Amino acid sequence: MSSAFSAINTIQPLHRTIDNPSVSPFLGSTHKLRSFPACNRAPSASSIRRQFSVVAVSDVVKQQKTKSGSSLSNLLITKEEGLELYEDMVLGRSFEDMCAQMYYRGKMFGFVHLYNGQEAVSTGFIKLLTKEDCIVSTYRDHVHALSKGVPARQVMSELFGKTTGCCRGQGGSMHMFSEEYNVLGGFAFIGEGIPVSTGAAFTSKYRREVLKEANSDQVTLAFFGDGTCNNGQFFECLNMAALWKLPIVFVVENNLWAIGMSHLRATSDPEIWKKGPAFGMPGVHIDGMDVLKVREVAKEAVERARRGEGPTLIECETYRFRGHSLADPDELRDPAEKAHYATRDPIAALKKYMIENKLVNEAELKAIDKKIDEVVEDAVEFADASPHPARSQLLENVFADPKGFGIGPDGRYRCEDPKFTEGTAHV
Amino acid sequence: MERDARVCVMGEDVGHYGGSYKVTKDLANKYGDLRVLDTPIAENSFTGMAIGAAMTGLRPIVEGMNMGFLLLAFNQISNNCGMLHYTSGGQFTIPVVIRGPGGVGRQLGAEHSQRLESYFQSIPGIQMVACSTPYNAKGLMKAAIRSENPVILFEHVLLYNLKERIPDEEYVLNLEEAEMVRPGEHITILTYSRMRYHVMQAAKTLVNKGYDPEVIDIRSLKPFDLHTIGNSVKKTHRVLIVEECMRTGGIGASLTAAINEYFHDYLDAPVVCLSSQDVPTPYAGTLEEWTVVQPTQIVTAVEQLCR
Repeated sequence: MSSAFSAINTIQPLHRTIDNPSVSPFLGSTHKLRSFPACNRAPSASSIRRQFSVVAVSDVVKQQKTKSGSSLSNLLITKEEGLELYEDMVLGRSFEDMCAQMYYRGKMFGFVHLYNGQEAVSTGFIKLLTKEDCIVSTYRDHVHALSKGVPARQVMSELFGKTTGCCRGQGGSMHMFSEEYNVLGGFAFIGEGIPVSTGAAFTSKYRREVLKEANSDQVTLAFFGDGTCNNGQFFECLNMAALWKLPIVFVVENNLWAIGMSHLRATSDPEIWKKGPAFGMPGVHIDGMDVLKVREVAKEAVERARRGEGPTLIECETYRFRGHSLADPDELRDPAEKAHYATRDPIAALKKYMIENKLVNEAELKAIDKKIDEVVEDAVEFADASPHPARSQLLENVFADPKGFGIGPDGRYRCEDPKFTEGTAHV
Repeated sequence: MERDARVCVMGEDVGHYGGSYKVTKDLANKYGDLRVLDTPIAENSFTGMAIGAAMTGLRPIVEGMNMGFLLLAFNQISNNCGMLHYTSGGQFTIPVVIRGPGGVGRQLGAEHSQRLESYFQSIPGIQMVACSTPYNAKGLMKAAIRSENPVILFEHVLLYNLKERIPDEEYVLNLEEAEMVRPGEHITILTYSRMRYHVMQAAKTLVNKGYDPEVIDIRSLKPFDLHTIGNSVKKTHRVLIVEECMRTGGIGASLTAAINEYFHDYLDAPVVCLSSQDVPTPYAGTLEEWTVVQPTQIVTAVEQLCR
């Protein structure tokens, strides 16, 4: 059993990886770690809270796999679950591919950030949630919204800027919201969604403890990237979430690049999972290209939060196959690195697992592929046919209570002026 | 807080300490540590947390220990507080109240003597009110809490010791309305927060000199109550704005523009705006005094306007 200190010695020196970015320093990390021992102090409540072990999930998966061959009862998923996961990932991939096409055809504009390659994280986590659980994402949010259940039609319409979009066309690619499915955004500035997710988790706890709603155990997931992990809001929220034991899981989608800035060039200690124990929560590193591994760890973390034991920080090693956005020429990333991760395509991996373990046959998967193609085509047709917002929509939704526009010279509230409903009033 | 269990408070030292100016005194004893939440020193994050809580059904009141500290929360106030209702297509409301003591105090130094009204006023989607008396502080606070819109309530460091008899029965004021302090005929003086007292002091002198100023506490910094203000301008034809905000891009600047736009025909003279100097508030007492508008300056300005 290695202590935290000896574990650091076994990690390859980081300088090497700058020259050879395709060799990640933490592939297949198999060491068990403990949080730093509370030295010279009598165990106080807070130090007792910190004595948990941090386990890399590949251990869990390896243990399960080596148990007894590949009999169906030892598989990580059932056939139904497998098909659900496959369908969700294929939906994410096909949708994003269609976005690229539509963008270049001039149907959507601005900054569009695609999720290709990272599907295992979204599917692995979000498919475990209930409808009442909340998710918060960044600008790379289309697939998170889809996994949570927002219909593809609504997301595509939003991207086209039509009134039938989930945000009436007012948000766009980077601001996907859904009250019905508890998608709390969609944020353009990285890091600014993490406090919002912390607030949603706070509400869950408040409901249970102050409002005495015994069933209130909603969990919130916050998704963000490696670049965000150097931002103050990340650290401030890790602190508050651990301090108050909020039901939240912080999911880092470490795809190694923040636009053109390599994670290794931006971060003094690039192993993000280590930052969890520093704040008093478990920090886990997992292979984010394998949906089954993601799901195993996610299950534990979500259950932990639901039981009221507090937050978890999960670093998913993943990769985006496309550039940062559709405007990114993506010149800095080494083709060898891209090729390496292409071999770890999460959809191909799940397909291989299910076929080799005889959970499904090719025909069933092809049927799903076809179904998703139709869903995505339908979404595009729907979005195309939907109307653009009329001018009358301009001033709606600025205020929940439009009295906030104030009282006009004639003594009436300005929002009662018909120019407001026409959208031609000047605010 | 008693009426609605969803109302909660978040801020530094609001709980056990009772608030840096004792605004939340004893509330933690009554309502517990979760409803009156002592936060770590992380303005941006706990303001964002309040916004997330508001989106999911609570009604938080965020206290900036000093309003100036809310500069650290500008990201959340501008992007999320103001904009989320719009960018979500109306799906989520943000019924937060953001409040705290601001303004120029007694030699508190530049950073603790800031007037943030001007910085926040352009953010679409928020309302801003400034209270100035115990009566309107209570009424505006209640209105802000009950509003579905995010409201920033500006209190003033030097006004916490005011005493006034206020009604026992519940009352809620209107967030968008201005307050007629002293009706008059000769000139309209528009003011808010602490400068109201400087204006009223000047008004005593002016009355002795034979002037009849109409004093209006605009209270609602965004949006302006154009009805009360307009009626006054139509009556007196002269406007003096007295504010503690900085000159550049301040509330007075916006108010001047609005009056010129809507009531230009009724003016007999250009709108005069007395604001604080555009300087970081100096520590030295004498310099600090010359930074803000003093009653003698108000008297002189009225005399000039009414010539």
